[in-house]
Amino acid sequence: MSAGVELDHVTVRFGDFTAVDSATLDIRGGEFFSFLGPSGCGKTTILRTVSGFLNPSEGAVRIGGKDMAGIGPNKRPTALIFQNLALFPLMSVAENITYGLRVQGIDKATRQKKADELLALIALKGQGNKLVSELSGGQKQRVAIARALCVQPKVLLLDEPLSALDLKLRQHMRNELRTIQRMVGITFIYITHDQGEALTMSDRIAVMSDGVIQQVGDGKAVYDEPATAFVASFVGENNPFAGTVVQADPSFALVETQFGRLLGRNPHGLEQGARAILFVRPESFQLAAGAAETTLSSTVKSVAFEGNMTHVFLEGAGKKDITVTVGRHAATRIPEQGETAAISYDPALGLALPEGKLARE
Amino acid sequence: MPVSSRLVALIVPFVVIAIFWLMARREAQRSQDPTRKSYFERNGTTLGIVFILLVAFWTLFLVVLPYLYMVVESFHPTLPPPKRGGPEDVLTLAQYKSLVVLPTGGTNVTHMGAFVFSIVASIAVTALNFAICYPLAYYMAQAGSAQKVRLVMLGLIVPYWVNEILRAFSLRLLLASKGLINQALMAIGLTDAPIDFLGNNVGLYVGLSYAYLLIMIFPLYNAIESLDKNQIEAARDLGAPWWRIHWDVVIPYAKPGIASGCTMVFMLCAGSLAAPLFLGGPRTLWFTSVIYNFFFQAFNWPRGAAYSFILLIACIALVMLMLRLFKVSLGETIK
Amino acid sequence: MKSAWVLRGMIGFYIFLFFLYLFGPLMVMGITAFNTPAYPQAWPFEEFTLDWFVKLWNHRAMMEGLQNSIIIGLGVVALSVPAGLAASIIMSQIYHRARSLYYLVTISPLLTPGVIIGISTVIFWKDVLSVTEFTKATFYDGMILAVFGQSSFISAYCLLIFMARLTRFDRAQEEAALDLGASYPQVFWHILLPFLKPAIVSAVVIAFLSSFENYNTTTFAILADKTLVTVLAGEVRQGTTPALSALAVIIIGISLVGALVYEVLKRREQARTVRAQRAAILAERVEAEAAA
Repeated sequence: MSAGVELDHVTVRFGDFTAVDSATLDIRGGEFFSFLGPSGCGKTTILRTVSGFLNPSEGAVRIGGKDMAGIGPNKRPTALIFQNLALFPLMSVAENITYGLRVQGIDKATRQKKADELLALIALKGQGNKLVSELSGGQKQRVAIARALCVQPKVLLLDEPLSALDLKLRQHMRNELRTIQRMVGITFIYITHDQGEALTMSDRIAVMSDGVIQQVGDGKAVYDEPATAFVASFVGENNPFAGTVVQADPSFALVETQFGRLLGRNPHGLEQGARAILFVRPESFQLAAGAAETTLSSTVKSVAFEGNMTHVFLEGAGKKDITVTVGRHAATRIPEQGETAAISYDPALGLALPEGKLARE
Repeated sequence: MPVSSRLVALIVPFVVIAIFWLMARREAQRSQDPTRKSYFERNGTTLGIVFILLVAFWTLFLVVLPYLYMVVESFHPTLPPPKRGGPEDVLTLAQYKSLVVLPTGGTNVTHMGAFVFSIVASIAVTALNFAICYPLAYYMAQAGSAQKVRLVMLGLIVPYWVNEILRAFSLRLLLASKGLINQALMAIGLTDAPIDFLGNNVGLYVGLSYAYLLIMIFPLYNAIESLDKNQIEAARDLGAPWWRIHWDVVIPYAKPGIASGCTMVFMLCAGSLAAPLFLGGPRTLWFTSVIYNFFFQAFNWPRGAAYSFILLIACIALVMLMLRLFKVSLGETIK
Repeated sequence: MKSAWVLRGMIGFYIFLFFLYLFGPLMVMGITAFNTPAYPQAWPFEEFTLDWFVKLWNHRAMMEGLQNSIIIGLGVVALSVPAGLAASIIMSQIYHRARSLYYLVTISPLLTPGVIIGISTVIFWKDVLSVTEFTKATFYDGMILAVFGQSSFISAYCLLIFMARLTRFDRAQEEAALDLGASYPQVFWHILLPFLKPAIVSAVVIAFLSSFENYNTTTFAILADKTLVTVLAGEVRQGTTPALSALAVIIIGISLVGALVYEVLKRREQARTVRAQRAAILAERVEAEAAA
């Protein structure tokens, strides 16, 4: 059983501060949906609004088509996995998992059975009597998931649950989460500031900044067709070149930047005279000159060899930094520090977007 | 008229509650906190009511109303029970005046003397206790190992499980003219006749200091303990002499703890009953003993109430003054 | 090098003096409990005796006082601990200004000399209970007033104990329980109360001991009745007998046993924590291997 979640112009204010500004969104039932954004962007506020800990100042939250106004967190068909997991330290693992049943007044034998079932699912069979403090980070993670699943929610909300784990385990848990989601088939709403997590696990992603949803789409769309300057700079690496559109048609725009005129696609239909930022991803550059309006001249500042790829950090006009990433297969000679290098890109891989806030580095 | 003054006292707390309730409501609305839940939503109806009843009983019937009644009582004349509430039971300042002026017209030297002596002696004992406790608190907080500190802690607490009266009694055994100290002094030949420690109030000062050592040491210890050791090291590296380190680094940092310890010790000394009763000299009159006598020997409750109120006001005023001088808030002091 | 040595010696000497001051009088008193002279005497030690303990046991007033003290102590625990707990929870739910007014009222008994609390309790309840003959005859009772007077400030102790513990409470625990469908009262019983359990234990112990030891408030509030401490006070005023020393010896003995039990419990608790930590580290290691 899963249910969709609908946000209808949800605004949340704390005093004068607007944490979420008119968020409108339709999350489908059974979807793995992520909110991606830097800390303080309002993604956690949205999660807490869906789970019922916050009341929206304006707008409505609907779960499975039903308006949730006035329904407390304990009455909603959602379960939340907290950032710090919030396991109950004074209860055993099994008691933690079946707490949701205990408050419903379900008898001990049934609870015990359910606990055994879920313990098997999370590979902690026979460890129900342990204390939470005796578990490893990953085990705690899984107990938190089992505890949430135990109440058979229609929507599972996850608030950066992997942030406390180390890198290897985090990657391992990503797969596990995705597997669990497919198995139980309910809606997952996942909050993260880690784009890797969002891109690998989600069906769709909402990128947020300053309380505003910037773009909603699948991983590929968010990466390849960022809707705003913020998304372009936040998701994946990107080189921004700010300037003014000097020439434009529906498909391409020529932007006057400090490197001269650069060409890129024009999905927003920017017109001549508009302020714009032209984005070129590091992997879109090649270390050779091309056509004049796609070529930049620069000096190599440093080179970082990373095994499967090499990052070249260059300095262009006005001390502007440019990053170029070259794959292993490329036959290109990697220039050395201090060398001057001309770099160029395919105009179809340059993207002109209206000027806007960039993600902070 | 006199009945109504007591009735008024009964109404005051409800006014205070109304103000408190309005304040709480307005602030809750003003805060614009989207997580806000109403009080009964947050606690459930039954628990919510139980909490309020408990707190209301405590704050109203055990704190606010008794204080108010005491104050009201102090503005009444001393009358035998049948005349209470009668035409002679009018509001009067007579009880307060009697601290200064005797019925015969002279100055009430005895009571004023007791008052001043109590306050001054309490201040002196507070200072003495600070001097005794500071080094140990510092040692425990900064220099001692965890194991040692726990032992010292235990050593500090255990004697305090023996109550005040018995501790006073033990000091009396030591300081009496036939006591161990006089025995020892005479044995070494330092004195021929026993020294009257109790008569010249040495017993009183020692008793007060002894009774409230712990009250001073724990706030000091807590305050100094959280001070970063590196700060002291840094000061030492800069070549500061030890007394400068304490004066410039430790004491300013521990100010809230010092204020807390001093406040509590002063209050307890000024309000102490046991030590002056059992260790004070025969000619020494502590202000609480005066109050005690009004209640138990003279059966003059209004006067006892008036003196109590004066003592309370004086103590609070002094503490406030001290907090002002130290520049600490009351909230920091009581934790 | 040498100055450090001198300094350490001085510190040691100071600590020795401090504890001599602390324990000396008690030890002297302790010796007198076992010495025969009727005037408590530590030296010369004439003959070992346990008579004073027998005398103490046969002291009717003191035994009655002890019984009353225990009843009053239990009454104070029953009233102060719930009141302090309720007050701390309400404290955590209100905002700044209302909060400071509330704080001032609840904490004021700590800044009031005990004598004054005792007097005001008697004055107020006498007036209130004199409304009818029945209430006066039934409730105007030293035991009840002693519980009320002591609870006035002991509730404030409890409040402070609970507030200190509550600041360490992780709000996410409450939210997690709610999210799993618990009602607010269920959160209180299942999550908050178990979390507060150590504070409740300390509050009970401290409330009982404070009540048991109290003199200043009780001497007024107890009216014609008596507690152990008021009987003691009377005895000390009248004169001195080694039976009092014997009582002190018993109290010190009980304290030492109490301290010992506390230490053992604490050690056990620590051992449990260490064991859990060790298990967690082990599990962590296994997991790291599995992930790699």
